[in-house]
Amino acid sequence: MKQSVFQILENKPLTDCVYQMVLQGDTSAITAPGQFVNIRLDGLYLRRPISVCDLQQDRLTIIYKVVGKGTQQMASMTDGELDILTGLGNGYDLTKAGDDPVLIGGGVGVPPMYLLCKKLIEQKKHVQVILGFNTASEIFLEQAFRDLGVDVTVTTVDGSAGTKGFVTDALQNMNYSYFYTCGPEPMLKAVYRSTTTSGQFSFEKRMGCGFGACMGCSCKTITGFKRICKEGPVLQKEEIAWED
Amino acid sequence: MGRLSVNLCGIELDNPVIPASGTFGYGHEYAELYDINVLGTFSFKGTTKDPRFGNPTPRIAECTAGLINAVGLQNPGVHQVIEQELPKLKGCFHKPVMANVSGFSVEDYVYTCSLLDAQDQVGWLEVNVSCPNVHGGGMSFGTNPASAAEVTAAVKRVAKKPVIVKLSPNVTDIVSIAKACEDAGANGISLINTLLGMRIDLRSRKPVIANTMGGFSGPAIFPVALRMVYQVASNVHIPVVGMGGVSSAEDVIEMMMAGATAVEVGAANLIDPFCCKSIIEQLPGVMDRYGINQISEIIGGVENG
Repeated sequence: MKQSVFQILENKPLTDCVYQMVLQGDTSAITAPGQFVNIRLDGLYLRRPISVCDLQQDRLTIIYKVVGKGTQQMASMTDGELDILTGLGNGYDLTKAGDDPVLIGGGVGVPPMYLLCKKLIEQKKHVQVILGFNTASEIFLEQAFRDLGVDVTVTTVDGSAGTKGFVTDALQNMNYSYFYTCGPEPMLKAVYRSTTTSGQFSFEKRMGCGFGACMGCSCKTITGFKRICKEGPVLQKEEIAWED
Repeated sequence: MGRLSVNLCGIELDNPVIPASGTFGYGHEYAELYDINVLGTFSFKGTTKDPRFGNPTPRIAECTAGLINAVGLQNPGVHQVIEQELPKLKGCFHKPVMANVSGFSVEDYVYTCSLLDAQDQVGWLEVNVSCPNVHGGGMSFGTNPASAAEVTAAVKRVAKKPVIVKLSPNVTDIVSIAKACEDAGANGISLINTLLGMRIDLRSRKPVIANTMGGFSGPAIFPVALRMVYQVASNVHIPVVGMGGVSSAEDVIEMMMAGATAVEVGAANLIDPFCCKSIIEQLPGVMDRYGINQISEIIGGVENG
């Protein structure tokens, strides 16, 4: 983990309420896709944890949905500096991917799949991607994934674009060696039930510090208590103990 | 003896800055960031007899200038602390550490304190009779003078190390509780633990915190904490450790003027993990600005107008 100041290079809307921010600064503490950063904002006491979408040398890209005061404030920024803690969380473990991993992202769970996808391609994996949204107007990052040259399946719940249905519907007809997923908890549960291989899930929880000190985001797993911010946010399929 | 040194219950601290229990784990997370030996000491995560998961999540709610937490004393239990956390801490912290202890019965407190008292690394026992987040224990011992005194006396019977009793602000008369602890043999008093608070999510109309209520901390509570430290320090003859919303070197000086011998920093660590280090670095400059030569000379130095 590192604390450093990042310059905002770009901040633009991708949909009605989803924004992409490109930052420049010391990214050396970021060691794996699936990690997150924790951003300090003026006038708000707690930092805002946001997943890493892309990384190119000293350029960090994050994608966030405007849901409250913090993300509203972020959406209004065009330049300036941000105090950011980087290199938080465990991130995805690429060593288990096998030859044909599938990446399953839903809504704001899509961004961390991007850097993961790039890293798996670097390892010469045959990557398939499923991106799930509610409706056509909420789709983002589809072209960016296609530009990486991977097989992309988009699903929308209302059928306004791509395959009608859920990510798990697209998964039915697929052969894969392993899976990686991030998205809302109902989707994660559905993926848990419908996948036939092992895989990794990224979880979201309300955090205090984001670096393991406050125990605000703990969860129970089959292998013991874990802090989502420290031993997570990525858990192995085999260790997940759903709360209900 | 440096300009910043203070004596807390017979143990010399290089400086009065102490990360507060529950915001500093068992030290390791911060030791990855800076040399934690720069601290006066730190108070480790509230430890109980048995391992505890704590409360359901969400456990955290943001507030103006602060946060509410309802962690509920998640900790690995005293045996694992002794077998794993303390040996690991030895690798990165070479000063006496403050052992924060909670319990659900007088016997619990005695059991956990006697085990930790026997550890060479432990300098002080900080007996938490003020956790607002657990039922049937914690704060219930700290809300009346007789039960606070009972815990204090029982722990004192088994402890060789100084016993500092950590008090709750969620009481009618904190001075009477502090005095009862002093009379029962406490070597020091620390205050304040968090203020009981609550937030409601307007969309769901439900409390933000799964446990409904939690402990409010952060800069917003500093004036309340300062007032209580002043009241207690003016009425007891044992050292007082002041805490509650401290976030800067100026806050440390102010707490000490109100009567604190040392100062704990809590919520601020969660926002700026380097804040205790920064406060320690800034203290000499702030002391110069206010004409303070030796920091210990200002303890209780508030002049009544």
